[in-house]
Amino acid sequence: MLTVDGLEIRQDDFRLTADFTVPTGAIVAVIGPSGAGKSTLLSVISGFFAPVAGQVLWDDRDITKAAPGERPLSIVFQDNNLFPHLTALQNVALGISPSLRLADADKGKVRTALDRVGLQGLEDRKPAALSGGQQSRVTLARVLVRGKPLILLDEPFAALGPALRVEMLDLVAELARAERATVLMVTHNPEDALRIADQTIVVADGVAAAPVPTKELFDNPPDHLRDYLG
Amino acid sequence: MKATLIATGLLTLASVAMAEEKPVLSVYTYDSFASDWGPGPQIEQAFEAECGCDLQFVTAGDGAAVLARVRLEGARTDADIVLGLDTNLTASAAETGIFAPHGLVLDALDLPVAFSDETFVPFDWGYFAFVFDENTVSNPPKSFEELAASDLKIVIQDPRSSTPGLGLLLWIKSAYGPRATEIWEGLADNIVTVTKGWSEAYGMFLDGEADMVLSYTTSPAYHLIAENDDSKHAAAFTEGHYMQIEVAAKVAATDQPALADQFMAFILSDAFQAVIPETNWMYPARLPAAGLPKGFDTLAKPEKSLLYPAAEAAQVRDEALQEWLNALSR
Amino acid sequence: MAERAQPLIRLWPGVGAALLVAALTLGTLAAVALRAEGWAGLTGSDWAAVRFTLLQALLSAAISTALAVPVARALARRRFAGRAALITILGAPFILPVIVAVFGLLAVFGRNGLVSHLFETVGLPQIQIYGLHGVVLAHVFFNLPLATRLILQGWSSIPAERFRLAGSLGFTTGDVARVLERPMLKATVPGAFMVIFLICTTSFAVALALGGGPKATTVELAIYQAFRFEFDLASAALLGLLQFAICAVAAAVAMWVQVPEVGGAGLDRTVERWDARGIALRWLDAGLILSAALFLLVPLGMVALDGVRGLPRLPASVGSAAARSVVVALCAAGLTVVLSLALSFAIAAMRGTLAKRMLEGVGYLAISASPLVVGTGLFILIYPYVDPVSIALPITALVNALMSLPFALRILVPAVAQVDRQFGQLADSLSLLGWARIRHLYLPRLRGPVGFAAGLAAALSMGDLGVVALFADPQAATLPLQMYRLMAAYQTEAAAAAGLLLLALSLALFWLFDRGGRINADG
Repeated sequence: MLTVDGLEIRQDDFRLTADFTVPTGAIVAVIGPSGAGKSTLLSVISGFFAPVAGQVLWDDRDITKAAPGERPLSIVFQDNNLFPHLTALQNVALGISPSLRLADADKGKVRTALDRVGLQGLEDRKPAALSGGQQSRVTLARVLVRGKPLILLDEPFAALGPALRVEMLDLVAELARAERATVLMVTHNPEDALRIADQTIVVADGVAAAPVPTKELFDNPPDHLRDYLG
Repeated sequence: MKATLIATGLLTLASVAMAEEKPVLSVYTYDSFASDWGPGPQIEQAFEAECGCDLQFVTAGDGAAVLARVRLEGARTDADIVLGLDTNLTASAAETGIFAPHGLVLDALDLPVAFSDETFVPFDWGYFAFVFDENTVSNPPKSFEELAASDLKIVIQDPRSSTPGLGLLLWIKSAYGPRATEIWEGLADNIVTVTKGWSEAYGMFLDGEADMVLSYTTSPAYHLIAENDDSKHAAAFTEGHYMQIEVAAKVAATDQPALADQFMAFILSDAFQAVIPETNWMYPARLPAAGLPKGFDTLAKPEKSLLYPAAEAAQVRDEALQEWLNALSR
Repeated sequence: MAERAQPLIRLWPGVGAALLVAALTLGTLAAVALRAEGWAGLTGSDWAAVRFTLLQALLSAAISTALAVPVARALARRRFAGRAALITILGAPFILPVIVAVFGLLAVFGRNGLVSHLFETVGLPQIQIYGLHGVVLAHVFFNLPLATRLILQGWSSIPAERFRLAGSLGFTTGDVARVLERPMLKATVPGAFMVIFLICTTSFAVALALGGGPKATTVELAIYQAFRFEFDLASAALLGLLQFAICAVAAAVAMWVQVPEVGGAGLDRTVERWDARGIALRWLDAGLILSAALFLLVPLGMVALDGVRGLPRLPASVGSAAARSVVVALCAAGLTVVLSLALSFAIAAMRGTLAKRMLEGVGYLAISASPLVVGTGLFILIYPYVDPVSIALPITALVNALMSLPFALRILVPAVAQVDRQFGQLADSLSLLGWARIRHLYLPRLRGPVGFAAGLAAALSMGDLGVVALFADPQAATLPLQMYRLMAAYQTEAAAAAGLLLLALSLALFWLFDRGGRINADG
């Protein structure tokens, strides 16, 4: 269970507060206007940006001060998720061992992960030789091998075409359910949220609201969300 | 941009040429002779007062560079006079055929050795010597052998790039002949470093990098007279000291032959010679009526003067250089 | 790519600049060779000079780059107050006149230097600076800042997102080194090594002052000997050619090696490093930065200290010499910028890789040109037409510009390519070609690099004595020449003050240009 307790984020004159919990295994969308602070919220949860007050807890353990790599989570950014000079296999293997020293069992794990995301046979390609969708799949394969209970997605599929995006969302949902992972997914597209997210957090007017069931939210949106949806 | 710059240069040249209606006497000399602190400015003033001409100095780094420049210019040279070669250079200078006989009678010279030359007129001279500070060196060596046996550190100049450096080469060669290599090998562990020119070496010495520096017996006179510092001395060596005689010559192709002759004669006059001691810090080639400045009497006076005649210096030079290179490259 | 109706940029200014550079380097060499009488081969001692030149250049380059890697790494991963100022001032040795720097180094490492006195008080033997290691020490002093800057540039070229990704994956420092830094270093270090190697092959004054004897004879000294001692123009020309040959071989090697850009921008940027937060690493980096700063700044401090003492003795003539030097430096900076921009634009506009490489290669000829050969060759070429003394200062500015050109190109060629990558297609779609492209795209985007290049050129010109010796007008001395004259006239203290003035003016010019390029720069 992810707990965000009395969190206050400041950056110059930007301010955001958050106070909510996300149950284990839930897939939660984070939606709101640009500049509202969706990505910043993920940065704080993942440890790249320090809050001025409040705590982030995972299963009641305070991780507010932990280094990014030590937190029980994997994060997927909008871009730059892969090292261009390493192969797909190596990029995934980094999730097991940053030194790339792998036992045979680990290698098997990496291949299995690549198979699960549908990349068998492309292990030795470098990112430049992969399509956008394939690059996303490599990233997801790495999320799989890391096996962290929390997955943060910061609009990783924004640059993909509609069909491909839907495909990737379904893949994320499938993998997350299979791994019983909790997912926090930033998006600006209600369809994404409706497609896979049980619950949705609205970030607007300096507040990240507690998650509410997605369908109910969009059936009867609050004012600021209605403005955003247009 | 470049065109503008060159045009500006040409314009300056043209305006200078128009403004000067007096005949111009072009004297090529080494840089420090013509600098603000050298003899140049006073000599220019004195000569212009009597010649009704415009004396212009053109400079290159040192005597050898001056000669190289005149050779590059060849027959078309603008030089009327070349001033500042020494006797180690005069043989190759004479060979070029650039210079004309001076036609003067050189019987009033005050040099410690006999000197006669049809082309070159001496204007000053000095002895090479190792200079030290009495506060660091209490018991100065009295010969190269003593120096080599001591653990004193010396800084010298490279004979390939410096006039005193070449002087030292010939000093040891003239004093020791076939034993020169042996002397150099003995000195090897005393030599802190070998510099490009006199200035670097003397600067290092003053900064305390070496106990002694290759310079002139007249160097302490500067410290005494200009700085009131009597702690610097030249070590007198029993084998004698090699001399440097600096000379001037008239360029055969001069377009001002009369002025050039007048200047050649002027060189040995009091007006020229009296300026030398306290600007070039050397001995005047002919003692002026007023004698030497106070302080010069305190300088070390070598018992024996060493000097290769010009022709011999040119012959010995390459062999001595090879010996030096071999001895110090080991 | 479709054929363009109109060329991207007209090529002739760049080709003209290349021809000028070729004339000043290869042309002057040919002029010297043509004046030579009688040809003889190279002697054994000439080859010894070649060996020593290569040895000291290899060592200097190796040690400079080896030390620069940890220093650059420390600077790349630490943020502290005054970091940008420190990086600027650490560059000072590179633009310092050689003789000033040598005296500064001696004041620290010499027999009578600070370190010797320190060792003496704790009972250690004196250090011995003279010899091969002294030459290398001085070259490291000159070139460590350059190497650090080149390699630091490599670090700042790693996108911050990569470090963020590394942080999210829990990379340790070792992991970051292996996955991120080593590939960058593999691309950066050989280039830095090559540049420093080339600079050191034409070393002369350093080797002569600190070499300790004729063992430390470089090719440049052999050229000097051929000119001055033997008046053997044939040998001088041969040796000059040999120097080009060494550099041509190095350049051929460099075809496989990517020379990093000398960047002015981006160095202020620091990225958050999640892997290097440990206390031990902090101390290590602090220690490295402090050691590098001490090594580079204490000799400069000694120059300043010595100079301040002599200030009251500074004659008025030094002031006019300084003014003259500043004017020459400004002209040299202007010329450098014009030449290097013309070349960079032409290189950007050319299509064939080989043609690009060749044009760029011509620009680099100056790095291996012997100043003495260039000066003498120019003299031979000019003398029949103009009195060399009357154009001493313009020639000085021109030759100084030539000598700064390789560095300016290293800054501007990649910068122009970068602008093209970012905005080239947009500009093409708007038919922004020719002069309009230069005016509305390149120049506004290149302000920073141009300022940096101009600053470097101005500062290098300020301190240069080399080439103009043959042209010097005794009535119009430059500051370095006037400083030498003071030394030759026993005026050591005044000379030290002139040295300080030279240091201050070089740094000030560099700072003004570099700053001017960055102020109000948008984006």
